[in-house]
Amino acid sequence: MLSNPDRSYPIKIGLLSGVIAVLIALEGMIQAFGARDIIGGVISLGHALLYATFFAAAYLAIRRSGATRLVNTIFVGALSSLIASIFVIALVWLGSWTDLGYVFVNATQPLYELLTFKQGLVVGSLLMLIVGIVMGILAALTVALPAKTRQYILTPVIWVITLGVLQDLVTVTIQNMPFLKPVTNFLYVSNGLSIPGALTIFVLLLAINYFWLEKRSAAQNRYASLPPASRRAVRWGSIGIGVVLLLMLPQILGLYLSEVLDNVGLYLLMGLGLNIVVGFAGLLDLGYVAFFAIGAYTVGVLTSPELGHAVIIGNWWVALPFGVAVAAFAGILLGIPVLKMRGDYLAIVTLGFGEIIRLLALSDVLKPFFGGAQGTRSIADPDIGPLEMTWSPQSFYYLFLAGCILVIFVSTRVKNSRLGRAWMAVREDEDVAQAMGIDLVATKLLAFGMGASFGGLAGAIYASKLTSIFPHSFNFLISINVLSLIIIGGMGSIPGVVVGALALVGLPELLREFSDFRYLLYGAALVVMMLVRPEGLVPEARRAMELEEFREEEEPAKEPVVLKTMGQP
Amino acid sequence: MRRFSERLNLTDVIMFIIGALILLLVVVGSAATLYAGKYTTRQWLDLVVFGVALGSIYALIALGYTLVYGILRMINFAHSEVFMAGPFTAYFLADAMGKSGFLDQNLFVGLLIIFAVSMTVSTIVAILLERIAYRPLRFAPRLVPLITAIGASFFLQYFFRGLYGPNIKVYPEIAFLKNVIRIGDLNIQYLQVLVIAAAALMMIGLQIFIQRSRTGKAMRAVAEDKQTAALMGIDIDQIIVITFVIGGALAGAAGVLYALMFKQVNFIMGFIPGIKAFTAAVLGGIGNVPGAMVGGMFLGIIESIGPTLFLDGLNVPAPQQLKDAIAFTLLVLVLIFRPSGILGEKLAQKKA
Repeated sequence: MLSNPDRSYPIKIGLLSGVIAVLIALEGMIQAFGARDIIGGVISLGHALLYATFFAAAYLAIRRSGATRLVNTIFVGALSSLIASIFVIALVWLGSWTDLGYVFVNATQPLYELLTFKQGLVVGSLLMLIVGIVMGILAALTVALPAKTRQYILTPVIWVITLGVLQDLVTVTIQNMPFLKPVTNFLYVSNGLSIPGALTIFVLLLAINYFWLEKRSAAQNRYASLPPASRRAVRWGSIGIGVVLLLMLPQILGLYLSEVLDNVGLYLLMGLGLNIVVGFAGLLDLGYVAFFAIGAYTVGVLTSPELGHAVIIGNWWVALPFGVAVAAFAGILLGIPVLKMRGDYLAIVTLGFGEIIRLLALSDVLKPFFGGAQGTRSIADPDIGPLEMTWSPQSFYYLFLAGCILVIFVSTRVKNSRLGRAWMAVREDEDVAQAMGIDLVATKLLAFGMGASFGGLAGAIYASKLTSIFPHSFNFLISINVLSLIIIGGMGSIPGVVVGALALVGLPELLREFSDFRYLLYGAALVVMMLVRPEGLVPEARRAMELEEFREEEEPAKEPVVLKTMGQP
Repeated sequence: MRRFSERLNLTDVIMFIIGALILLLVVVGSAATLYAGKYTTRQWLDLVVFGVALGSIYALIALGYTLVYGILRMINFAHSEVFMAGPFTAYFLADAMGKSGFLDQNLFVGLLIIFAVSMTVSTIVAILLERIAYRPLRFAPRLVPLITAIGASFFLQYFFRGLYGPNIKVYPEIAFLKNVIRIGDLNIQYLQVLVIAAAALMMIGLQIFIQRSRTGKAMRAVAEDKQTAALMGIDIDQIIVITFVIGGALAGAAGVLYALMFKQVNFIMGFIPGIKAFTAAVLGGIGNVPGAMVGGMFLGIIESIGPTLFLDGLNVPAPQQLKDAIAFTLLVLVLIFRPSGILGEKLAQKKA
């Protein structure tokens, strides 16, 4: 391949990246992210996104072209990122002649200004071309650097971007610690990092990164050579610090970030529940929101005085077991009809169930029971005994934390039990599992029931937190959210679910501009994940093995295709 | 007798009871509605005509599901977004032509252009979908392409939302299509005639294409056995692309018909019709082309007259609210009790 590089490759990649860059602009991403500066007044996240596209185009073109001499790589890289930047300029020129905004909502004057750096059409276009070429040269230099140096530089750059983007998080956190105030004043300007701040972070992290990469093995050796007693002490000490940190988190982070944490906790609970059904037992359930809704509505109906039922339980804690139990029962009940189904049909039927539950809660028929579109209101607070507390997001955090710890504990214990192994056997091959004496009916129903009960628990806490629930809060998107986070985290892997919840629920809340593109990026992430890394970010060992097998099997299957192309002239 | 009781197990009994209860509900509800006699023959006929028009649209979309399932053995979850992409894009053209008066003067040409644009866009989306999301995963475990399809579906929805905006767009009113033909008690709008005729034309064309043409024959061969078809010199990749092209074009056409009937388009418009069309495909037996047409008609009529017929007699308030619930219940029931569909293949048990 090296001897005969495809010469049209840089052009092809340039064209493709150009189209992608234009679509990113038309999606409104550059505009939305353009408001957030990474380094104040120097570069915004929106521009960084555009530059990253150019850089990626050049990098890919260099890699694929097989060019090795520096001059050649610079030429190839600059060519393909230049082509990409020409597309962006073409968009601006086209937009200035015709009214693109009639069709594309985001093709507006502010976008064109961003794309021309507010320098007018001609000067702006030239600047954009220069940026294209510079990105190509940078990509060529990156390729030319030794791998180790590249690693040294890359990590600090990522940290500068992260700290710049997460300015709100850092400043809000530090507001609670007045003695650190001068640090933030130095690091940040009103929007983004200050220039000296960015440089300081870069240099500091470069040094830390260098020492970390050089001395890591020495530190590990030293830890390994400690006597067992002190090693235990170190381990328990770090666990202790972790626990204290978890307990202090709402106080450190303040009101808004506690709200974010609550959301993460909520989705973590649901994710762990769905993980049992999809991850452990391999039953793709697209209607998981139904159990969340059932848990929420059970607790709501039992504790709300507004609907005027005969039985009202004032205490949330008494209603909670009912919520969990009803959800688990519903899980088993909905599981019975789908026992014989697999894969696609199962997914569609569960999706149908989820929608039916929502439509029923919304309809006028059941309005006397669930309140129809007006929802169920005045749901009780989770007060303990006579203790009347004011329930803020910070106090709910502890409820979510307790729930998550309980559910993680149950999940971990179940996973390695006889039942957990039966689930995995069913996931890998139902027929073989049955032949080995596994009771398919009981195994699957237990998976549905247990998964649903976690969802019910999440719903019960959610109902109490919002104090009123409406049918439209339980739509299909929640199922998709939960499914995305367990798939991206790694199906069947409990740490994976935690990572997935933090990345997919926590991150978008920190970056408000993100929220418009949330499902766009979820969708893209699901596709890319399945294409590139189907086992997830934090894969489960067994699952990774299964998928590895499939990749090995795939190779011989491709053979006939090769034969066929060889037969053609 | 003894063997029968041995074969019986608890889950089957529960399923039987659920099925019987729903059947009872339907029968009692229908009887009560008809006995009360609140509706005239004319009203029933109106509902049936509306149902047939709606059903032809479902049938067109269902063909996309069925064709792809027949060949790849996977549910193309993103097909509902292929259906949305065409009419959502063609809206801008329709709107411009409606405002300038072109559409009222040259109705035929105008509609033809709208159809052409919508079908082209849908087809392009379908081709890209196959190329990027499905082709690399053709040999992956079943769950993997299914998740990809769900991801692609969401990506496409929100991609078009970002491109054209989240608002509902309203297709222009075409005065001519609102005229009514009267035959006794039967009233049919020109629009409904257009929808039914266009759908029928395309379905007949597809049937002829699949049965008579060389490519159609190759498609059937690939659906039957991929390996053998490849050995016979059929280019599998090409046939799969053609399948997606046909499915996409039909979905694009169905999208315009849907937009003309309901006037509104937005990025989420594909979701519910998509699930219903899938129901139609399963009803008729997935992988079966005439089945998809029959299933579509059946579902359209049930959805149209169902809420009134089944629920009105039971004094359910606002039965129209539950028309989607009826369609979903039908979907669930069909998948549980007869996954092979009305005209289903015998193979279905193995595949489902």
